[in-house]
Formats: sequence, structure tokens, C-alpha cells
Amino acid sequence: MTEKLFLITNEVISIQEVVDKVVHPNAGAINTFIGTVRELTKGKKTIYLKYDAYASMAEKKLAQIGDEIQERWPNTLVAITHRIGRLDITDIAVVIAVSTPHRADSYDASRYAIERIKEIVPIWKKEHWEDGEEWIGDQLEKTPYPTGKPEEEHL
Amino acid sequence: MIKVLFFAELEEIVGSRELTIEKEEMTVPKLKEFLKEQFPTLPVDRAMMAINEEYVEETDIVKANDIVAFIPPVSGG
Repeated sequence: MTEKLFLITNEVISIQEVVDKVVHPNAGAINTFIGTVRELTKGKKTIYLKYDAYASMAEKKLAQIGDEIQERWPNTLVAITHRIGRLDITDIAVVIAVSTPHRADSYDASRYAIERIKEIVPIWKKEHWEDGEEWIGDQLEKTPYPTGKPEEEHL
Repeated sequence: MIKVLFFAELEEIVGSRELTIEKEEMTVPKLKEFLKEQFPTLPVDRAMMAINEEYVEETDIVKANDIVAFIPPVSGG
């Protein structure tokens, strides 16, 4: 068991381990988000995925998200583990655990964390289909980077 | 010496995750130009850039012993 709150790992993620890291006497809620590998994307069948990361920077950026959440929702604890390597359909790619004094904030902060991961954390997914493979970029699909990168305020 | 890292499709184009450039100092545009000369299809302009694990702007300078990373649009989660 690792005590790192923000972790990139090659191993299968233990949901309980991530949740345990945010348990706190002042928490009234723990929200857990589990991101899993989906078989069908826009009708196309995924066979498996490969995730890769710039691991050391990714852990730093996950920690930055934790800091941003602390600022917006005080007294919140966040732990995020993201798995890399080969993942099959239904495997868990990411677990985000957020504990907050009151329940409403736990939902908001959890949502914030996953959206930020898709903006600033250097992790990439390569889809492997029956008829090919491709690195997936800009998963939010709302920001084609017109300047070639996210605008400064997103970083 | 400047260490440059490539990820995802950039890594596949370069054929390696890591490259060493024997320079003491380079502006970001110069570095991009240098890479595009070596790898004409490399989409460096579509990638974000980080120096020593922090995102940077076009105006930054890369110095010896820095680790530069080209980060294509991310897709974690």
C-alpha cells in the first residue's frame, strides 16, 4: 500500500486504498469516481487500450489539481490514482476519492478533478480497435487547441 | 546539453522517447525549428511544451540541463 495521494501506477488500482487515503474525522462525505474502459465509442469497438504518461510530471499535475480543489473547496482531501499500461474493457483506469465536510462539495470537487485531468495531466490513451489503432487527443472535444495548446488560463 | 522528451504520437514519429541536443541555450521557437528540420512531420506546434515539468510559453528559454517535454493533447481519465 502506498501513501502517495497522487499516483501513476502500472498496477491494478485498489479502489479501497484510494478511498482510505481521504478518510478524515471532519469529512461528512467521500465521493469516489471510477473511470473504466468502455467497449463502444461512437459505435466503434475497442479491443483494449494502452495508457502512457509522463509519470513524474503527471503526479505533479495531479497534486496541482489537489491544491486547486483545496483552494476552491476548503477542508477537502483528494487522492487520485491513474493506471497506465494495457487496460482491457471494464478495467479501472482512474480512481478519484474526495472527502469534504458536506456532501455537495464532494460531487463538485470530484467533477472538477476529472475535468482538469483531461486538460492538464500528461497522460495519453491509445485506442486499439479491430482495424487499427490511434492515440486519442483532446478528449474533452470542446477545445480544439486553435493556438496549438490550451490557453494559458487552462494551465 | 538539453534533454528533450516525446510522448504518444510524437514518440512514434521520433522513434524514441528521449533525445539529447548538444546546445547550451535555445529559445523555444529555435528548438521547435531545430526539431522540425530533423523530423518534418513532427507536430510540435500542436503540442504543449514543458520545461522541467512545468508548462511554458513561446517566450521561454531552454538552458543546458533542462528537460524539455513535448506534450500532445492529453487523454487521461
